[in-house]
Amino acid sequence: MSLRKFTRRAFLVGSAVIAGGVAFGVYTVRRDPENPLAEDLPEGAATFNPWVLIDAQKVTLIAPHADKGQGVMSVQAALLAEEMDLDWGGFEVSFGSPAKAYWNTALGDDSVPFRASDDSRLARVARGGADIAFKLLGMQVTGGSTTVPDSFDKLREAGAMARETLKAAAARRSGLAVADLGTESGAVLLPDGTRIPYTELAAEAAAITPVAAPALRDPSAWRLLGQPMQRLDIVEKSTGTARYGIDLAVEGMVHAAVRLSPHRGVVLSYDDSAARALPYVRQVLQIPGGLAVIADNSWHAMQGAEALEVEWAPAAYPPEQAGHWQRLADSFTEDALDRTWRNDGDVQAALPADAPAAEVLAAEYRSPYVAHAPLEPLSAIVRVDDAGVEIWSGHQMPREVQKAAARATGIEPEQVRFHNHLIGGSFGHRLEPEFISHASAIANQLRGTPVKLIYRREEDFATDFPRHIAMGRGRGAVRDGQVVALDLQIAAPSVTRSQMGRLGIPAAGPDNQIPAGAWNAPYAIPDFRVRAYAAEGLAPVSSWRAVGANGAGFILEGFLDELILQAGADPLAERIRLASDPVARGVLEAVGKMSGWDGVLPKGRGRGVALVESFGVPVAEVVEVTATEGGIRIDKVFVACDVGPVLDPVNFENLVQGGVVFGLGAAMNCEITYAGGAAEQTNFDSHEGMRLYQCPEIHVQSLGQAAKIRGIGEPPVPPTAPALANAIFAATGQRIRELPLYRHIDFA
Amino acid sequence: MSFTVNGALHDPELDPDMPLLWVLREVLGLPGTKYGCGIGACGACTVHLNGEAVRACQVLAGDLDGAEIVTIEGLGTPEAPHPVQAAWIETQVAQCGYCQSGQIMQAAALLAATPAPTDAEIDEAMSGNLCRCGTYPRIRAAIRRAAHTAEG
Ligand code: FES
Ligand code: FES
Repeated sequence: MSLRKFTRRAFLVGSAVIAGGVAFGVYTVRRDPENPLAEDLPEGAATFNPWVLIDAQKVTLIAPHADKGQGVMSVQAALLAEEMDLDWGGFEVSFGSPAKAYWNTALGDDSVPFRASDDSRLARVARGGADIAFKLLGMQVTGGSTTVPDSFDKLREAGAMARETLKAAAARRSGLAVADLGTESGAVLLPDGTRIPYTELAAEAAAITPVAAPALRDPSAWRLLGQPMQRLDIVEKSTGTARYGIDLAVEGMVHAAVRLSPHRGVVLSYDDSAARALPYVRQVLQIPGGLAVIADNSWHAMQGAEALEVEWAPAAYPPEQAGHWQRLADSFTEDALDRTWRNDGDVQAALPADAPAAEVLAAEYRSPYVAHAPLEPLSAIVRVDDAGVEIWSGHQMPREVQKAAARATGIEPEQVRFHNHLIGGSFGHRLEPEFISHASAIANQLRGTPVKLIYRREEDFATDFPRHIAMGRGRGAVRDGQVVALDLQIAAPSVTRSQMGRLGIPAAGPDNQIPAGAWNAPYAIPDFRVRAYAAEGLAPVSSWRAVGANGAGFILEGFLDELILQAGADPLAERIRLASDPVARGVLEAVGKMSGWDGVLPKGRGRGVALVESFGVPVAEVVEVTATEGGIRIDKVFVACDVGPVLDPVNFENLVQGGVVFGLGAAMNCEITYAGGAAEQTNFDSHEGMRLYQCPEIHVQSLGQAAKIRGIGEPPVPPTAPALANAIFAATGQRIRELPLYRHIDFA
Repeated sequence: MSFTVNGALHDPELDPDMPLLWVLREVLGLPGTKYGCGIGACGACTVHLNGEAVRACQVLAGDLDGAEIVTIEGLGTPEAPHPVQAAWIETQVAQCGYCQSGQIMQAAALLAATPAPTDAEIDEAMSGNLCRCGTYPRIRAAIRRAAHTAEG
């Protein structure tokens, strides 16, 4: 028991403790978790590893990373199909069941206190240690832009293993040597041209020990990867036939809606007489943290939920927004210091506390709480009966779904069957298992009857764990046209501790998401310090697309822009001069070329640049704006990044453009503010994001120089806000140090 | 009270206050039309009512007598997609895809009324349809593609 605890800790600390050595037996670490496909394997079917299942009818590929729009169902299938020589679409894809075997092998990279570009021995040891911890935990999670780095080798190896084992089966049957056999279009090819489809070989292949570690194809031989491919879900998603979690129906189900505490606390008292008086309301149930209404359809259940009168216990955080900012302002203390993440040169000497104001530039920046608000509201169908729990929904952490349902029902996690489905957007929203707990708590009171719970949009906003709030204080100095000193303090709640706390996983140690995007900035400023302060007692928060780099990246890149202009330097040229690694310099230079940075813009127009690295991907963006009579119009955005090889150029461009739209929309007008303990924004009318008419031209380039393959789901987001704010300054002379920007300037 | 949905006649017993969105999704079993906000702010529930794009969350069952409704399921099918759907597939617009039923219904109505829309007309028609994944550049491209195809 103590062993388990320690490994959990080691992973969460995500820092020095891991480097210090993790105590568990080599055997446990080496042993791979069991293949979940091998359980209940039907007669005549073959599985060689947790990703491939073949029977006499079809080939099924398992894509355990959840698809919330980022296209990973297709990418995972392509990695397998490439090595298996399957025709595109000549297979079925399943999201699989929750299993330790699907632990994420790329999480370790970003959970250690080393910069992504740091390849030192210590860094490698720490990453290895984190990796082992995630393996032991069986952390099956889609997040942190890790799907591609996690899957790139693993799934190609799984595909190659399947291919070679099928060839071995064909060799046995034909009496030929394996070396004489080839594969093509889902079949083994004999020298005389005979084709034996994989499906015909399933039963024989099942009897063979899978061929381990076959060589992978050289990228020059790829048929699918690197080419534009038609997403496997594109026809369904264009014809209304895709089925999301919210669209499912189970025989005999009833419909539920909830009213949950907007203060994240308990119910003090309630009056359900108005709700019960509605002819279609069948039941009102108490569940932890709120009430549920059961009715004959979702809309009626929602009407019932709205009719409830509830008095909620007050919030454990400041009821008014001003109190949240005050807590952050009060957190710049030695006691609250979470870690000094960067300390190059001698900042104290360069920026003494008593330096004359004229020699030191100082500023304060603010980044708000922001809701995830994917377009598909949270929903789940749950049935609880004596055999266990069955759940249909969409989630990024399938094993946490099992645990949440187990906690809510008292049934063992192993008795929880979870069917994952297409997800209508997430941005981190579906890392949280609360909605599963609530649906399970309702279904537990109605044992034997499946319950479909859909959150009203207002409930989805009220109970969201938003992106964390952050406040930054910068001091800096310039000399001879250069930025020479920068001292940054960032205060924020620890999103890792907040999130892991809800999952029941103890987290300790400094949280690298407080300074993410700032401490790891690839700039060689001679005197450069970044300190993170953990603010306590604030609203519970969660990972929001690119997490900490949004706030801290805005703070760093906004303040750096001020310093560069103070030095009288060019914002792009000075960033290039400061860039300390070749990939970062490369993307800055590329974005300069793409945007025609040196060209002069007419009065009233302006360009801004920002570079933020998140999840190992440095992304440079230039935003071009015009100050019109109706407000700021965003004309163009240029994005240069580097993820190594791009596996699907169309999906890649779509994701980057989408990240830019998402980030700019949030920077313009999205925030959650608290009043009376509840979020004031309740729907898309008050938390809108970008509309189509506001969407700029977005040009995207990936340089393909990076040594390691990376994911692109999140990294395009953090540079958007500072690049936009910097462009607004260039166009208008107005420096905005607070998001969302609409608080200070109008948008057309 | 009776109305047609995708050409089929319906006369169900309905709560007159129930929005068309939920009638489609949960009474008639047509979940292609999506719930996003319930207040007319996102466009995920867009359908055609007597040939016009409307927000199904804002149309009440009690007002449906004689209405002709077309949903995404009636516009085209995977085997025989409507030209706007074909353009959406060809352009690979969707990310999560949750907004796209509404986007496509809105675009189909735009192109039916204005076969060769200007950029400003596209902006005007499409800005009530939110896409949280940010597929707007591809939505614009798909509308232009569909308009172009229709022109021949
Ligand atoms: S659900 Fe109707 S407009 Fe959003
Ligand atoms: S594709 Fe996800 S909301 Fe539009």
